This record gives sequence, structure tokens and C-alpha cells, in this order.
Amino acid sequence: MNRSGVLNFLSSILVVIVGLLIGFIILLISDSGQALPAFATILTFGASSMRNAGDVLLFATPIILTGLSVAFAFRTGLFNIGASGQFTFGGFVAIFIGVEFLFLPPPIRILASIIAAALAGALWGAIPGLLKAYRNVHEVISCIMTNYIGMFFVNFLIINHLFDQGRGTSTRMPSDSNLPTMGLEHIFRDNIRASHVNSGIIITILIVILVYIILEKTTFGYELKACGFNKEAAKYAGINENRNIIFSMMISGALAGTAGALNFMNGTGLSMSIVDALAMEGFTGISVAFLGLNHPIGIIFSGILVSYLYLGGARMQLFGFSIEIVEIVISIIIYFCAFVFLVKSFLGNAIKNFGKKDEKSKKQDVSKGGTAV
Amino acid sequence: MNMDMFYFIMQSTMFFMIPLMIVALGGLFSEKSGIVNIALEGKMIMGAFTGIIFITTFQDLLPGQPILLLGILVAMVTGIVVAFFHAYASISLQANQIISGVAINMFAPAFAIYLSRFIFDTQHIQFANQFRIESVPLLGSIPFIGPLFFQNTYITNYMGFVILGIAAFVLYKTKFGLRLRACGEHPQAADSVGVSVVKIRYSGVLISGALAGIGGLIWVIPITTRFSGTVSGYGFLALAVLIFGGWRPGKVLFAAFFFGLMQAIAASYSAIDFLRNLEIPVHFYRMSPYVATLIVLAFTSKNTMAPKALGQTYDKGGR
Repeated sequence: MNRSGVLNFLSSILVVIVGLLIGFIILLISDSGQALPAFATILTFGASSMRNAGDVLLFATPIILTGLSVAFAFRTGLFNIGASGQFTFGGFVAIFIGVEFLFLPPPIRILASIIAAALAGALWGAIPGLLKAYRNVHEVISCIMTNYIGMFFVNFLIINHLFDQGRGTSTRMPSDSNLPTMGLEHIFRDNIRASHVNSGIIITILIVILVYIILEKTTFGYELKACGFNKEAAKYAGINENRNIIFSMMISGALAGTAGALNFMNGTGLSMSIVDALAMEGFTGISVAFLGLNHPIGIIFSGILVSYLYLGGARMQLFGFSIEIVEIVISIIIYFCAFVFLVKSFLGNAIKNFGKKDEKSKKQDVSKGGTAV
Repeated sequence: MNMDMFYFIMQSTMFFMIPLMIVALGGLFSEKSGIVNIALEGKMIMGAFTGIIFITTFQDLLPGQPILLLGILVAMVTGIVVAFFHAYASISLQANQIISGVAINMFAPAFAIYLSRFIFDTQHIQFANQFRIESVPLLGSIPFIGPLFFQNTYITNYMGFVILGIAAFVLYKTKFGLRLRACGEHPQAADSVGVSVVKIRYSGVLISGALAGIGGLIWVIPITTRFSGTVSGYGFLALAVLIFGGWRPGKVLFAAFFFGLMQAIAASYSAIDFLRNLEIPVHFYRMSPYVATLIVLAFTSKNTMAPKALGQTYDKGGR
């Protein structure tokens, strides 16, 4: 890792620590007696057994992918706030195939679910992409619209095609439509039960690596990023920016759609409810993306971190706190991401000074001049 | 459709439209100064939260309308405080303007629910609605106009129009408005003639916080007597209204009316014979404002009216 990478990593860690400390202070103010054990639970629960560790990975799966979706668009100069709608649409298509296409043998059915979900997400992402490219509609606004359209449309589809009267949700999929666990249940278990963690996390990591390669090692990825960095310059260099905008949004949508598939096929018996609320995974994805500094590899870590905090936070009720404390902590962490540049220059100075202990005069210069990194 | 139904729909249109318009005007001040305001939702929630807490605490001591006005003041101050964090990150620290917006949108509902669980042991805060005005004296008895604008109404409806007038005046008829717009179009040029871009942008964002806070409280009051830490995505809708309205106060009024009308129809279409007989599923009515917005935007966005420097951090060195 180069120096800038190390700095990024260190400043992210620092930001997370600050966020956690503020969270701890809020707990202390609320109920000083329970604050310490509750805080300790947030910090340790996810790692307290192999089963919990498995659950961390299980819940990290969809948000790593929605995070990757947001980050991919962001790196190419687009803000995909529409991951929520793409996630919902993808999830619906995956469930639909899992319930209705029973004539397909399970492995093919599962594969079909994932691919169809990715295509559905890509379709939903293509709408803002096309509108941006050809009609100059800002993608943030069309993404907000497609989120709500997707939510109401999927509610309509569920009620008319996939409705379980008794439970008031989408029909439950047969268990052989779920993702295979690939033996992970033998690793991630405690004495009583195994985690539901499954091949979804493996697929996710493979996708992350694929996206990393596309973005960093291919001409296609370079063109996409060039558009994000400087649209006019990219145009001047002969890059077809309209085409790239559409591709970016479609890939971003496909990632969010896949997140929907892997989420609802995770074997815990999840089904879609008819609610007038946008899927949170899309918005958590924005947090995960920023926390991972919009870098594919960083997003694996930030996704796992966010999932870890949520899992611990879900235990807060035992201590009389509500789970929202975790969201408060995460939002504070994201807010402090805005300070990352400051932190980086501060750390950069500190490291520089550390290496030049003997040159006292220079050290003073750096602290005075503030020309960092 | 009989006249009573027509009046009812127009009255409920107001309930959706007024907060959308106020919050969108808030967004206008921030975006005209060059700062993207994705945090409207969070600011609305925080404003509604403190406003409702204030009302529910003091409503036994004070009569209806004054407590509402004081509650609005509380919501306004809260919005300003929240907006300060947005302004600090995106102006002083020159961070990406979306990051702090996302953080605020996530923080606000979590904080509101956390605190109301802590104070009231439940995430739902009850309050009594003593603010509805059955009929405004004199004006309410005018035929047609009376039932349309002066019956089953709230003082906040009129406040919305006053805010619209003031906003348009400030933006287009004052020195401050000119400077604000200059900072959003070409901050370097504004700076070169001695305008403090930082100060102007701070004012823009803080005004947006004030209006979003007010809008949050105004949204809650007519439609429920229980606040649950959410404004149901109306902050995002207000952003849509702002863009749909082409960053212009007059068109924002029209856009807010359109959105409000669609929401009102979706909420009460089953009571209208002619719409019920069409047998269109409710989901499509609820989808319609969003679909219509997309279509309208597709035809009107080619010559966008967005401030030119929107979303760009201002760096004096880049002059």
C-alpha cells in the first residue's frame, strides 16, 4: 500500500473512533450505569462467537453491494441515490423466479434469479441514466422518483402476482431457491445453532474484485472515471460521455439489483412486505460507500463494520437503549468523513515530523506553514 | 363529483402543498447560493421533532394559535442549528456537499426516535390538534372562495404564501438576493467585487435550515396527531419540487400545487365516483406524481435553470 493509502486507512480509523466515542458519550448521558456494558456489547458482540461473526457477514452482504453500487456511480461522477428502488426491483424479480420457476433445477433457478435481478436493477438504473444523457435531467431527482415508482410498482406486483394472504407479504420461496451455504454453516456456528451466512458473501467479494478490476485496470473503467473527473476533458479526448453515463448507471443499478437478490435469497425466510417505505439498504449503501472512501476494497471493510455495529446495536434493548444509537454513531462517522482531508493533512504532518526528529527547524516550518502532504 | 368533494380535495391539497413549498423555498436559498441541499429531509424531521415536543409540553398552558406560532419558532431555530453543521462541513471544510447531507438525513430520524424513546418511552409523540380553523370569520362565508381557501384551514397555510412572497422579494429585489444568486452562478466573480462568498453561502444554508424546520412541523400538524420520527420522504419530494420548479419561486408554487394535488387525489380517490369506476389500483395514483415529474423533467430539463456553480466548493485560489 502506498503512503496515501495508509493515510486514508488511518484517517478512516480515526474517524470511526471519534464517532464511537461520541456515541458512548450519548449513552453515558442517557443512562450512565448501563452505558459501559452496552457500549462493550456494541464493540464485542459481532465477534463474540463464530455464529455472530457469520451473521455480520450475512447482513454485510447486501449493504456491501449497495455501497459498491453507490460508489461505482460516484467514481464516474454520478450520485446514485436510487439504489433503494433498484434493490427492491431486483429483490422482487429474484423472489418471483424463486417462487414461480420451479420447473428449473435449483442451481439454474438460483443463477437465473441473480442474473434477472441484476438485469432488473440495471433497467431501473438505466432510466435515470438515459434521462441524464439525453434529456439533461439531474440523476439525483430522477433517482428519487424511480425509488418511489419502484416501491409502489413492486407493491402492486406483489399484491397481484406474489401475495401470501395469510402473512400479508410476498409468497415465501421454497428453500431450494435460496443461495447454497457451501459449508459455511460448519465454520460459522456456536454450540447451539449455525449462522445463515451463505455463498452470497463469496459472490459479493468476487463482484467487488471484478468491479475493482473494471474501474482500475481497464480502458472502459478509465473512460468512465474520466467522465466523472472532468466531463469536458473526457469529451475532448473522444470519449462518448452519453454512452458512459448510461453504462455507469446500468452497472450501478445491476449491483443494487444483485444486492436485492442476495438479500432475499439468504435462507432466513425473508419476504417483501407491502409498506410505503423505501428499502433502507439503498441508503445504508450511501453510508457504506462514503465510509469506504468510495474504493471497492474499502467498501468490503466499511460494509462489514456497519453490519457489525448494527448487530451489536440490536442487543441494546437489553440495556434499555434503542438500536437507533447505532444509526446515530454511523451518521456521526459519516459526518466526520467530511473532516478526512483535515485529518489526513494532520496525520501527514505528524508522520513527516516523526521521521525528521533531528531537524527541529524544519519541524517548526511545517507546523507553521501548514503545507501538508 | 359534487362541490363538497372538490372543496375537500382542494383543502387537503393545501396540507401537502404548503410544507412542500416552504421546504422547497428553503432548498432554493441554499442551492441559489451554490450549496446542494440533500439534507432537507433531516432538517424537516428535526424541526418537526422539537416543535412537537414544545407543543406537547406547553399546550396545556397556552391556547391554540400562539402555541403553534411558538412551536414554529422552535422548529425554525432547530432547523438553523442543524443547517449549521451542513454549512460548516460543506463551506468551511469544503467537503463534498452530499456527505454531510447524507449524515444529517441519517442522524435526524435516529436521534428523534432515540430521544423520544428516552423521554416518552415510545417513539410516537402524541399531541392535541387545537389548531384547525373551521372557518375564518367573514372570509369563510364568501361563496366558492370561502370553502376553497378559508374553511378547514390552518394559520400555517397563509404563512406559506407570506413566506413565498418574502422569498421572491428577497431573492430578486434586494442586494442580498443578488449576491446570493451571484455566489451560486459565479462565486469567483462575486468574490472579486468584494462579496464574501463564505458569509453569503452560510446565510443561504441557514435560511434553508430555518424554512425546512418550519416546513417539517407544518407538515405534521394537519395530517396526524402523532409524530413518529419521520416526514415520509417529503424532504426529498421538496427537492423534487424545487428542481421541477426550475429554481424559481413562482414555478415552485406551481410544482408544489401539482404534487399536493396528486397526493390529495391518491389519498381520497376512492370517494370520487368517477375515479373509483376507472378501477385503477391505488398504487398507480400514488405513483402518478413521481411519474409525471419524470415526464415533465424529460421535456423541460434541456435548458436547465440550475445555478451554475451548484455543488462546487469555493476555493479562493481557483479564481
